[in-house]
Amino acid sequence: MADIPKDAPEHCPGTDSGSAGKASACQGCPNQTICSSAKPQGPDPAIGEIKNRLASVKHKIIVLSGKGGVGKSTFTAHLAHGLAADESKQIGVLDVDICGPSIPRILGLEGEQVHQSSSGWSPVYVTDNLAVMSVGFLLSGPDDAVIWRGPKKNGMIKQFLRDVDWGEIDYLVIDTPPGTSDEHISTTQYLSQTNVDGAVLLTTPQEVALQDVRKEITFCRKVNLPIIGVVENMSGFVCPKCTTESVIFPPTTGGGEKMAADSNIPFLGKLPLDPRIGKCCDEGKNYFEEVQESPATLAFKSIIDKIKDYCMKRREQIETDTGEENR
Amino acid sequence: MCKSDKFSHKTDCTQAFVADDLCHLSTVRHVILILSGKGGVGKSTVATQLTLGLKAAGKKVGILDIDLCGPSIPKMFNLSNQDIHQCSEGWLPVYVDKEQTLGVMSISFLLEDQNDAVVWRGPKKTAMIKQFLNDVYWKDLDYLIIDTPPGTSDEHITVMENLKQYNPDGAILVTTPQAVSVGDVRRELTFCKKTHIPVIGIIENMSGFVCPNCSECTNIFSKGGGEALAKQSGVPFLGCIPIDPQITQTTDDNQTFAQRCLNSSSMSSIQKIVDKFITIDKDFL
Repeated sequence: MADIPKDAPEHCPGTDSGSAGKASACQGCPNQTICSSAKPQGPDPAIGEIKNRLASVKHKIIVLSGKGGVGKSTFTAHLAHGLAADESKQIGVLDVDICGPSIPRILGLEGEQVHQSSSGWSPVYVTDNLAVMSVGFLLSGPDDAVIWRGPKKNGMIKQFLRDVDWGEIDYLVIDTPPGTSDEHISTTQYLSQTNVDGAVLLTTPQEVALQDVRKEITFCRKVNLPIIGVVENMSGFVCPKCTTESVIFPPTTGGGEKMAADSNIPFLGKLPLDPRIGKCCDEGKNYFEEVQESPATLAFKSIIDKIKDYCMKRREQIETDTGEENR
Repeated sequence: MCKSDKFSHKTDCTQAFVADDLCHLSTVRHVILILSGKGGVGKSTVATQLTLGLKAAGKKVGILDIDLCGPSIPKMFNLSNQDIHQCSEGWLPVYVDKEQTLGVMSISFLLEDQNDAVVWRGPKKTAMIKQFLNDVYWKDLDYLIIDTPPGTSDEHITVMENLKQYNPDGAILVTTPQAVSVGDVRRELTFCKKTHIPVIGIIENMSGFVCPNCSECTNIFSKGGGEALAKQSGVPFLGCIPIDPQITQTTDDNQTFAQRCLNSSSMSSIQKIVDKFITIDKDFL
């Protein structure tokens, strides 16, 4: 157990445990009253540990959306593939969607297992420079449901952030479930000292989706999470037979672009609906390799370049800021 | 005659239960949950259409939206800026029509600004859902449709635990055809088994798109995934719903969803399910 202090008496139940201060081993311990009192125990010590663990990660990007099924995991996977196309860079993907982990399938890693070493959990590798961690690797079968309430999910996320041995990586892309609840609060809280680059918000063009994404923007502002920008997915569908473009999810209120302008955040681009993307995701293939030249590939690349630029600029900014402080 | 007997019996039950605080749901005859492990597959749309279908069949229907972080139901019925009223029996749902045959309850009615985010952890969500289940005064409902958020977590556990005593009819699982989505719905099936909620069946949504120009049908999100899953797990398959851009237009538009939705090609699939319910219901009577 990680929460047992070094100088604790033998059989200490751990400061986080339910029986802290109440177990027989606690009798006579000088900290018994502190452990047994129900007072809030101050910031979680894990925040510091996570800061140390993720010090080797240069950029951290969170992919968010209030709405489900808009393509968060698809985008995360493609962002990771796109970044990993540069072989000199190391990329990590962390899937904190505990109840519906899609990343293992999309990246073609179904059925893989996580290994444990002395330095922590080893992630699963897609290619030499693309590492992945997801709760999907811990399940015994595709039928397994993770029926957990918030606290257990939070514990899992804490372990993912604290105990995974990523090594030296350039980008860590975090895929999230829909909503603004436990997973999101915990992730942002645990990462609060690690200098997250920002969040990419995914949406589809319809008002029903935008409405939830606006809530997510409010969330980001509440927790002081910088927003890199908005990506509009499933923007239009080009019929493969007659190449007529149809709008499947009509942007009745102006779509993602207008929402971004209204809320004063950058708009990163639109991604068209291409059945081949969904197919590649189902089969766990890399869309960029399967389909070299397509409007979707170009759109993805331009968005990924914008995100890279943002991260570079931010890094420079931080370096000049801290440099000035040091002087 | 037989029918009125049934109803008077029901009212007796209600009166007997009035002393009990948790009586509101016991006046509801059928409770149906709309579930899916995956987000954005059309849970709220299916819930809305099912509600409209049952209403068109002359039933009194309520719809409860327990998606606290992303409530969509009020938008579907164009009720975004309504407020909840309180009476001595509890919270009154917002009614879509004057005859009060379609009541809606959602957290969105409690928010001051539609852009407000509900940044809550599990216990707070649990308390809210309990309140929705216990304190809403539905009066005599034939059907209560419960729309859920994606996942198998707090909201779902809470709603199952609290519904158990009312013997819900079961859950309808919505999926889209891709393997990524079916994978999550498989987990939801396991959830239903573990919590002993009967599965009414699986609906496959967004099953193909017919190009309005050349009427070529493209399976944007592949096809057949939901049906295969239903077969594999021995659960009834309730039908495919094709992609119809008109639906999104109607969900977004200010025009009433009901009028345009009833003309949509997707409604025929829903209608079959509604008919099924009605026949089952007749058997009961």
